[in-house]
Amino acid sequence: MRNILIIARKEIQEGLRNRWVLTTTLLLAALALTLTFLGSAPTGNVGARALDVVIVSLSSLTVFLLPLIALLISHDAIVGESERGTMLLLLSYPIARWQVLLGKFVGHVSILAFATLLGYGAAAVALALTGSAIDAESLTAFARMVASSVLLGAGFIAVGYLVSASVRERGTAAGIAIAVWLVLVLIYDMALLAWLVVDQGQTVSGGLLNALLLLNPTDAYRLLNLTGGNVSALSGMGGISQTANLSPSSLLAALTAWTLVPLVLAALTFARKEL
Amino acid sequence: MTKTIDLQSVTKRFGKIEAVREVSFTLHGGEVVALVGHNGAGKTTLMKLMLGLIKASLGSIEMLGDDPAAGDFAARRNVGYLPENVSFNAALSGREIMSFYARLKREDVGAIAPLLERVGLADAADRRIGTYSKGMRQRLGLAQALLGEPLVLLLDEPTTGLDPALRQSFYDIVQELSDRGATVLLSSHALTELEDRAGRVIIMNRGVKVADGTVTELRRIALLPTRIRITSALGDVERARTWFGSPATCRRVNGQMIEIDAAPDQKIALLRRASEEGAPIADIDILPPTLDDLYAHFLRSQDAA
Repeated sequence: MRNILIIARKEIQEGLRNRWVLTTTLLLAALALTLTFLGSAPTGNVGARALDVVIVSLSSLTVFLLPLIALLISHDAIVGESERGTMLLLLSYPIARWQVLLGKFVGHVSILAFATLLGYGAAAVALALTGSAIDAESLTAFARMVASSVLLGAGFIAVGYLVSASVRERGTAAGIAIAVWLVLVLIYDMALLAWLVVDQGQTVSGGLLNALLLLNPTDAYRLLNLTGGNVSALSGMGGISQTANLSPSSLLAALTAWTLVPLVLAALTFARKEL
Repeated sequence: MTKTIDLQSVTKRFGKIEAVREVSFTLHGGEVVALVGHNGAGKTTLMKLMLGLIKASLGSIEMLGDDPAAGDFAARRNVGYLPENVSFNAALSGREIMSFYARLKREDVGAIAPLLERVGLADAADRRIGTYSKGMRQRLGLAQALLGEPLVLLLDEPTTGLDPALRQSFYDIVQELSDRGATVLLSSHALTELEDRAGRVIIMNRGVKVADGTVTELRRIALLPTRIRITSALGDVERARTWFGSPATCRRVNGQMIEIDAAPDQKIALLRRASEEGAPIADIDILPPTLDDLYAHFLRSQDAA
C-alpha cells in the first residue's frame, strides 16, 4: 500500500511540475465558465433551472474532452518510461509491477479529479454568485455529474494503460489511443445511429440496444447524466432513455467495469512484459 | 566469505537468440568483480537476470538467498543497481528523485544529503535534472545505487561520462563498499582502469563465460608472454640483442631499444641475464600482459575453438 502511495505522490509531483494539473484545470474551468454563461443566455429566466442547463452542456463537453485528456496522460505511462529507461531502474527497487501501475493510476485519477472538481466547481460557484437560484435536486445532479465524469476519465486512463503496456513504442501507443478515442467517442454512436435508422426496429431489440449502450463507456455516461429528472427534457435524450430503460446502478456498474477490466488487463500485460 | 550471488547454468533466450548460455558463477561478500565483454556479450542481460527484471529460460539464480524473479522483493532492499545510460524524470530535482527512491527502499531521507555530497552533487541538488550534464546524471545514478548501504552493487558501465577525478573518487567508493563486505559487480569497456581495482574478472563472449579468475590467474592460464623492453647502452644495441642468445625472440624497436616477448617460464632467467655483470643495458621495463591483452586472448581462443 505504501509503495502505491509513493508512486502516486511522485506522479502528482510530476504533474504539478510539468504543468499538467494547471493546464487541465484551467482548460476545464474556462470551458465550463464559457458554457455556463453562453448556455444560459438563450434560456433566460424561463422554466429550466440554470444549473440543469449547465449539467447538460458540461456533460456533453465531458464526453469529448475527459477521455481525450485521460488518454493523453495515460498512453505514455508505461511505454514512455520504458523507452526513456526510467522504468528499468524503478523496477529494480523493492516494488511489484502491479504496485507501480496502481500507484500511477491513483496519481493520474487524482490529477483528473482535482481538475474536474475545480474546473466544473468554478461553474457552479459562478452561477451561485451571479444570483441564480440553485435547489438541492439540481445540486445532487451536478455532484453526480462531476463524480461520474471522474469515473469516465478513470476508465479511459485504465484503457490508456492497457494500450501503453501492450506496445513497444510510444508512437504506436499514441496512435492507438487516438483510434480508441475516435471509435468510442465519435464513430460508435454514429454507427449505432445509422444502424438504428436503417434497421427501422426490425432486428434491434430493446435488450440488444441496452447491451450496445453499455458496451461503450461514453454512452453509459451520457445516459447516466442526461436522462435523470429535469435534465432529460432539456437534453433531448428522453426518447432513447425510455427505450433503453437502463437503471442508474447498471450504468454505474458499466462505468466501473470499464475502469476495472482494462486496469486488470494492463497489470497482467505489464507483468509479462520483458524489459 | 558469505555467498551473495549464485548462478547455476543460466540460459536466457529472447526468441531464437540466446543472450546468455549456460553461465555459472558464485560471487561473495567483499569481492569486486569486473564483468568484461563486447557489446551484446550478455553483461546487461546477466545483471537484469540477477535483479529479477527478466526470468531465466533455464538454470537457477540466487540473490542474497532468494530467487530474484520469484516476486519477493525483500532482497532488493539490499541491492543497488546503476543501469547503463541511467535516466531520470527531467522535471524533478536531484533531491526530489533521491527522496522518491529512498522512500521506496524505506530509507531515511536524512541519508540523501551526505550521498549527494559524496558524489559531488550537493550544489546541484535542487536544480531540475533536465539541466544536468551526462556526468551529473551518472553521478546521481551512482548516488541512488548507494542508498541504504547495499550488500550487492550491480553497476553497468558506471564510469562512462565521468571525468578522471570523479573516476578516482568513484573507485574509492567502490573500494570502501567492498571493505565493508559488499559485493560489487561492475561491467566496463575501460579494461585498463579495472585492472588494479577488480579482484576478479569474468570475461563474457557472445553469451558464454570464457574466463573467470583473478587477473594473475588469468595471466597464468593464458600463458601470454611478458614483454621486456630493454634500452641498451648508447650504440650497443646489437650487442644487447645477442646478449640474450637467440635473437628470434628479440625485436629491435629503434636504435636503442629492443623488445623481448618472454614466456612465463623464461622471464626470471632473462632478468638474471640482464642484471649480470657487463650487460650492455641502460634501462629495463617489464610489461606484464594487460587486461586488454588477456581479453583479446580469451576471445581469440574461444573463437578458434
